[in-house]
Amino acid sequence: MQLDAKTPEGSLGEKWDNHRFSIPLVAPPNRRKFQVIVVGTGLAGAAAAATLGELGYNVKTFTYHDSNRRAHSIAAQGGINASKNYRNDGDSDYRLFYDTIKGGDYRSREANVYRLAQVSGEIIDQATAQGVPFGREYGGLLANRSFGGVQVSRTFYARGQTGQQLLLGAYQALARQIEAGTVTPFNRCEMLDLVVADGRAVGIVVRDLLTGEIGTHSAHAVVLATGGYSNVYFLSTNAKASNATAIWRAYRRGALFANPCFTQIHPTCIPQADEFQSKLTLMSESLRNDGRIWVPVQFDETRPAGQIPEDERDYYLERRYPAFGNLVPRDVASRAAKKEVDAGKGMGPMRNGVYLDFADAIGRLGRDTIEARYGNLFEMYERITGEDPYEVPMRIYPAPHYTMGGLWVDYDLMTTIPGLYTIGEANFSDHGANRLGASALMQGLADGYFILPNTIAAYLSEHLGTDPMPTDHPAFAAVVSEVEDRVQRLLSANGSRTVDWFHRELGKIVWEHCGMARSAVGLEKALVEIPVLEEEFFADVKIVGEGDSLNQTLEKAGRVADYFQLAELMCRDAVQREESCGGHFRVEYTTAEGEAKRNDDEFAFVAAWQFEGDGAEPCLVEEPLEFENVELKTRSYK
Amino acid sequence: MDLTLRVWRQEGPDRPGAFEEYPAPGISSDASFVEMLDIVNDRLTLEGREPIAFEHDCREGICGSCGVMINGRAHGPQKGTATCQLHMRKFADGEVITVEPWRAAGFPILKDLVVDRTAFDRIIEAGGYIMVDTGSAPDANLIPVPQEAAEAVMDAAACIGCGACVAACPNSAAQLFTAAKVAHLNLLPQGQPERFTRVESMVETMESFFGSCSNHGECEQACPKSISLDFIALLNRDYIRAKWRNPRLAARH
Repeated sequence: MQLDAKTPEGSLGEKWDNHRFSIPLVAPPNRRKFQVIVVGTGLAGAAAAATLGELGYNVKTFTYHDSNRRAHSIAAQGGINASKNYRNDGDSDYRLFYDTIKGGDYRSREANVYRLAQVSGEIIDQATAQGVPFGREYGGLLANRSFGGVQVSRTFYARGQTGQQLLLGAYQALARQIEAGTVTPFNRCEMLDLVVADGRAVGIVVRDLLTGEIGTHSAHAVVLATGGYSNVYFLSTNAKASNATAIWRAYRRGALFANPCFTQIHPTCIPQADEFQSKLTLMSESLRNDGRIWVPVQFDETRPAGQIPEDERDYYLERRYPAFGNLVPRDVASRAAKKEVDAGKGMGPMRNGVYLDFADAIGRLGRDTIEARYGNLFEMYERITGEDPYEVPMRIYPAPHYTMGGLWVDYDLMTTIPGLYTIGEANFSDHGANRLGASALMQGLADGYFILPNTIAAYLSEHLGTDPMPTDHPAFAAVVSEVEDRVQRLLSANGSRTVDWFHRELGKIVWEHCGMARSAVGLEKALVEIPVLEEEFFADVKIVGEGDSLNQTLEKAGRVADYFQLAELMCRDAVQREESCGGHFRVEYTTAEGEAKRNDDEFAFVAAWQFEGDGAEPCLVEEPLEFENVELKTRSYK
Repeated sequence: MDLTLRVWRQEGPDRPGAFEEYPAPGISSDASFVEMLDIVNDRLTLEGREPIAFEHDCREGICGSCGVMINGRAHGPQKGTATCQLHMRKFADGEVITVEPWRAAGFPILKDLVVDRTAFDRIIEAGGYIMVDTGSAPDANLIPVPQEAAEAVMDAAACIGCGACVAACPNSAAQLFTAAKVAHLNLLPQGQPERFTRVESMVETMESFFGSCSNHGECEQACPKSISLDFIALLNRDYIRAKWRNPRLAARH
């Protein structure tokens, strides 16, 4: 199979314009003749559905939540990047593009990333016009803050609730279209499979979570906006229900899965406190603007932080990376924290955290300023840990947070299945091997508001005058029967262990071998352990209750069932990539100083995996990455 | 900690419900309330009994999915805290904890602790937005917003749509939810063109689902984001003004 990214002609700055001009359009009176399915109503999905509705298409949205306002985009704290250059500090589309390519360790496509930078400013305009209450200066104009991996201030924010406010903006735009009748919402309704017929995506199979009824929906095109798969690790910063089922089922139906091993471990999360913990909570990266990260110089330090004198503290990021200091990119900060904790310098009851200290900032700026900037984050920290970060330093440790990998898409955001699009975190497109802070919201909204609604016309226009495939077509019946069998298989196991038990065990394997540090030996071990656990799961999982009503354990089991094979694919991809880049750190491939060592000669490609059937090894298809504008350098933040 | 739970169990929307008692021994005081429910549910499952249905998702107090009555209080004893952020250290060893779903006619029970809050979406659909099609926005800095106004707007916009305000209200009124959204949009310059149509439409939709406000103030006490009752005064003022306004003069306010 040959992958065609469909990168448009022209210079970097002209590609998106050229492309928009060259793709066929659907004229306004014809748009209502098209039916589009959007699965997931987070930032990308809600933005896309609302915009498609405004354009005049008929849209159906699907979410397993009770309301379109609950997707996990809502939990993004710190901010959203845009190359507005309001600060006059040397920012530009090109710099945002360059920072993103470099931050991603040169494993993303130039053309896609440049387009992202180009539309970033429009996102801020759009959100502001919707009423998103971004932080303001006293003159009434928009404020900015800095984020890791860059030397400009380009991050817009709404206190520590930027994701919430942006999602509410998109949710409200979507609500308007629901009221207008262009969008029909299906809530508490989970996509369980994709229907492909005549070589294209024709619809989806869903389960109504209240009645258990398996239903079918057809459309001219299907858009997946179902987020990332960090929950494969069990302990992650994702919401409990965030899952990979939609993209995984699409993969099994023929969509290629790109760079599954590119996962982001976020450096500033509250460390695990005990065994039964259900999730990890992120503390916004924006805290690194004012907090200083340190560990004691002495091993197995037992004094409380306040009693450790200044000269017995190691501000290791400031020491190792003087140019960027505490604001190095996420992958670098995470690995550095791991190194300190592994060396026995971790603090806290489980000795699994490093300090993030605000004493200097409070001394310099006053408690009120710090409270205004981070008050809600400090409160959240205190609620969870019972410690007051105004008085004692926070304890932080890295945790799985974001997945750069996802379904392979071309420049139009279409997967290898014609008519199937993937947007937001669910695709692999823009972040390469590491995502910069405040870029997830930017990408989700760029895809949803500005890119997909334009590019989807190219495909739809080919189908003008055709009806969506009727749902009584045998292709639908075949998928429905497979879905019903899967549900039945889970219900009938009646074993002796809970779903969470299996999920936790799987998480331990993936975290150990495909987490912050990976090795061929470890990954091969995981590839043996995961299928064994999967087999045990299907034989021994216990689900009480029936399939014909609200059954939250059954929902969870279906999601966990799909993680086993995904975890395998992640490990397979990590074995194959014999280099260290971004969040993918192979212990065999490091510089003399222990930093990540890329191998551009052999691995400057997107690794896209094709499903070859159960029991068969998936096939690796490489999309070479061509860099015409940036020079591939060793990332240095010193 | 050794606890006892009295939990409302109800199989479905039109089925009778009742309290059932479950012992919950050996719970860590560092567990969150929903983690405690996870542990109880895992134990029930292994005994072959159906686990307690309850809503939760982000477990960071921001998605608004979770929310139950804990000892008669919406989201439990800690002020400004959603159920998922409440930790067991706020309870006493040996305590009997009563857990119920939101109790409000506007939020019918679906199962156990899960209720239907779609009425909130209907209120937003009635006008809780600014009409701005994608692509039509002016440059963001063309609309200056005084810093203090932006802060007030953010105080209102922090609402997570959990429904605790309704559950805490003796009248099951949704004024605090509606007021928070109306204030978010009506205090901004961007929200002025639709200010009065918005408030009329949202208030009237709200009244078709929920009871009337009589200023008890329980909502503010229960709100996990501590949204101020003052926004209800603002809602009422805009609603009254909407009723005597002349729409053709709308550009003059």
